[in-house]
Amino acid sequence: MAEAVAFYGLTAVALGASLVVALSRNMVHAAVSLIPVLLSVAGYYVLLGAEFVAAIQILIYAGAITVLILFVILLTEGATGVRVRPRNEQVSLGALVCLFLAALLVAVLTRTPWPQTQGALPEYNPGAVGQSFLTAYVLPFEVTSLLIVACLVGAIVVARREA
Amino acid sequence: MSAWAWLIPLFPLVGYGVLIAWGRRLGERSPWVAVTTMVLATLTALAVFGEQLRGAEPYVWRTIWAVGGDRVITAGYTVDRLSATMALMVTVVGTLIFVYSVGYMRGDPYYSRFFAFLSLFCAGMLTTVLANSFLVLLLGWEIIGLCSYLLIGFYFRRRSANMAQMKAFLTTRVGDTFMLVGIMLLFWQFGTVDYHEIFEALAHGKSWSPAAVTLFGTPVPLAVLAALLVFGGPVGKSGQVPLHVWLPDAMEGPTPVSALIHAATMVAAGVYLVARTYPLFFYTPNHVALEAVAWVGAATALLAALMAVVQEDIKRILAYSTISQLGFMMAGLGVLGYTAGFFHLLTHAFFKALLFLGAGSVIHAVHTNNIKEMGGLWKSMPVTFGTFLVGSLALAGIFPFAGFWSKDEILLEAYHHNPAVYWVLTAASFLTAFYMTRLVAYAFFGSYRGPTHPEPDPWLPEDYARAGIRDAHPGSHGQNSHAPVPHESPPVMTVPLMVLAVFSAVVGVLGAPGTGPGGGTWLHHFIEFEGFREAGIQAPDFSWTVALRGLGVALAGILGAWGMYGAGGGRSEQVRRWVPWLVVFLRNRMYFDAFYGWLFVRGGLALARLLRAFDAYVVDGIVNAVGYLMVLVARLDRLFDTYVVDGLVNLVGLLTRWLGGILRYAQTGRAYNYILLATLGVVLILVWTLWRL
Amino acid sequence: MIGLGHYLVSGALLFAVGLFAVLTRRSAVAILMGIELMLNAANINFVAFTKFVSPELVRGHIAALVVIALAACEAAVGLALVISAYRHLETVQVDEINLMKW
Repeated sequence: MAEAVAFYGLTAVALGASLVVALSRNMVHAAVSLIPVLLSVAGYYVLLGAEFVAAIQILIYAGAITVLILFVILLTEGATGVRVRPRNEQVSLGALVCLFLAALLVAVLTRTPWPQTQGALPEYNPGAVGQSFLTAYVLPFEVTSLLIVACLVGAIVVARREA
Repeated sequence: MSAWAWLIPLFPLVGYGVLIAWGRRLGERSPWVAVTTMVLATLTALAVFGEQLRGAEPYVWRTIWAVGGDRVITAGYTVDRLSATMALMVTVVGTLIFVYSVGYMRGDPYYSRFFAFLSLFCAGMLTTVLANSFLVLLLGWEIIGLCSYLLIGFYFRRRSANMAQMKAFLTTRVGDTFMLVGIMLLFWQFGTVDYHEIFEALAHGKSWSPAAVTLFGTPVPLAVLAALLVFGGPVGKSGQVPLHVWLPDAMEGPTPVSALIHAATMVAAGVYLVARTYPLFFYTPNHVALEAVAWVGAATALLAALMAVVQEDIKRILAYSTISQLGFMMAGLGVLGYTAGFFHLLTHAFFKALLFLGAGSVIHAVHTNNIKEMGGLWKSMPVTFGTFLVGSLALAGIFPFAGFWSKDEILLEAYHHNPAVYWVLTAASFLTAFYMTRLVAYAFFGSYRGPTHPEPDPWLPEDYARAGIRDAHPGSHGQNSHAPVPHESPPVMTVPLMVLAVFSAVVGVLGAPGTGPGGGTWLHHFIEFEGFREAGIQAPDFSWTVALRGLGVALAGILGAWGMYGAGGGRSEQVRRWVPWLVVFLRNRMYFDAFYGWLFVRGGLALARLLRAFDAYVVDGIVNAVGYLMVLVARLDRLFDTYVVDGLVNLVGLLTRWLGGILRYAQTGRAYNYILLATLGVVLILVWTLWRL
Repeated sequence: MIGLGHYLVSGALLFAVGLFAVLTRRSAVAILMGIELMLNAANINFVAFTKFVSPELVRGHIAALVVIALAACEAAVGLALVISAYRHLETVQVDEINLMKW
């Protein structure tokens, strides 16, 4: 019962805020609205028993990435509050496509007989995740770290001022 | 001995081979090879003749040449009285003429070639004589024709000689073609070319296929046609009218050639052939083929004698005389005088050869052929004169020389079997005596006149150089510009003359009546046509009337001519003023040559021009038209290539540009457009995948 | 009872909205935000599936974590690009950036 309430509440927040992100004329509004979305998703993770992931979500996504976005908005034109047209000329077709896709996805996802089991998540999430990362999925782990380094360097190089 | 008769033609053939291969190296010694082979041939022929005299049976040898189904073509030789006698005559006369030529042709740059060709000729002639198959006959016939061509044109640098040799060959070719057709007809009828088989079949009345050919409205039975066709060969080779035109021009050859080939032997081959194939002519309805032969001969005898009267060249006179005498022989055979005709052939060979060699001796001495440029030679060339006189009397038919006996026999046979022919021959006899006396009068009597146009040397300096002769004034040819003093010829030339004179005087005995058993002549007894006995034809008895009339006519001719030409003789001028048209007609050889020249030579050239025009305009026209067409096609093709092919290619290019020009607008440069398209694509794929599931 | 289907539907809807933002917004930064939304929707799916389909192996969690890390990288690089573009082209409105036009 409580779960249902939590779920629907989080859903409403997420969807509402995401609509703001998609539709707002003001860039800062859009950026800030991203936070509730991300936090709701973290809430989803908690409901699904993935505490570690939720924690990381809050830290990285809602924390770092949102800040990053805000920084960039401020550095570029978005912060002036000038009312510019928010949407481009392919709105109609885009909306159509998205609606159609949504309908399709919903239809497919609900009708598919997923092979659900009754198993239980491990008690200590981080332990399990850590185990996996260092045994079975050590490769993705290492590659991801490599990728982070690369992107770090890349971002610095791309964004620096030409001296 | 007869089994070795094949050696007779072989000896001179070997001589030919040797002289052709090594003649140049042998040089002056060449004639001895030739004379040796001829002597050997003569001895063999003598042995074979001796056998026949002693009464041997005819010897026949044959071999299979070719087989076609059930027909067989054979080749071989036959030795019987006729062929043995002829072979002996040919070899004896041939040997004498060879010896004479040693002297006559000395100094000629092509000495060895001369004897080579003469040897080849003798080989061919003897082959013809001994043949017993039409195949072998043709072989020998062709060889002698070839040699005649080669020897007439011996002085090949002279254009007149070249013309003459071509004329001889082509004219005899006409006759030869008819003969060939006749032989083919015989082969078709009898399935064989062997003389004896064909004669057997003819004698036993083998019926020809009933087919007959229609000539000028009258049906001609095949038997007659075959005989007349085969007679075509003799008409050509023996100079009968109308194919006689080549013989006078054949005098372009050296005189020994005229003596051997155009007097004694080759031209006699035609007469010999008629005698040899007598059954072919005899066994025709009413002997009609023989009658044709007789008339051809008679006409020839008369016409040729007429033309001889107006000739000035000594050799030409003798040539026409030969034609005339050959006509006598043919006529003799034609009036059932088988033995008579052959007898005259034998005697004529001797005295005509004598006359030609004598003429050669004269020409050698005076360097001209024209009798009007000679004269008084009875004093300066006594031996030549004496022998020549004997020959002339023999030819004229004066007792007791050989020509009297043989001519008398022919006249006798003609008198009995065909009186019309008899009178024609009598007229010809008169003319014979006449023209011979004219010749003798001009050439040997009176005073020496000397040549006004000397004969130029037939050879060029390079011919002498080639033969290695340094001194370019050889004996028998070559020219001094001042009149030479005529002198007697060397013995190598006069001895043969004397031998021949003896023969001319004596051979007549063979045909003298009373020499044979039971009356009749010895020759009649020795050589006779078997068919006569069965048909009940007998030799006519000796008739004083005929003999005396003949003699009288001859004497009349001599006296008439002596009156006109002898001892100064300007009376010919008066006669000439009397009938100038006749003189012109005869001098132009009765326009036979002119007619042939117009018809065949001009006609041939006209045809050639017509064909050339055809080739130039029609054939070349077509070729050029095709070429033009090709160019046209090429131009069309180029148009096609430019507009159609290139057009298509250009069209593709244009289409591509046009399409590109339209499609480029899809590149908006705006990333979000592209993303939308990508999304649409994904959605479509999804839908499609789900639909299939 | 909130089952798998609920989470999946919610994820799908969030994805659609994020897609809408990507397709229709004029600002480049806004497009990047849309991308973040879509990534998050995918993550929801991952985690939901872990819970309901294979909870012992925490594969979904692993995936989600990797996605988050990648999203961070991508956001960094992307935003660096936006800054660089702003410096050169004076604008971040994507419909004004059409240098690759025909």
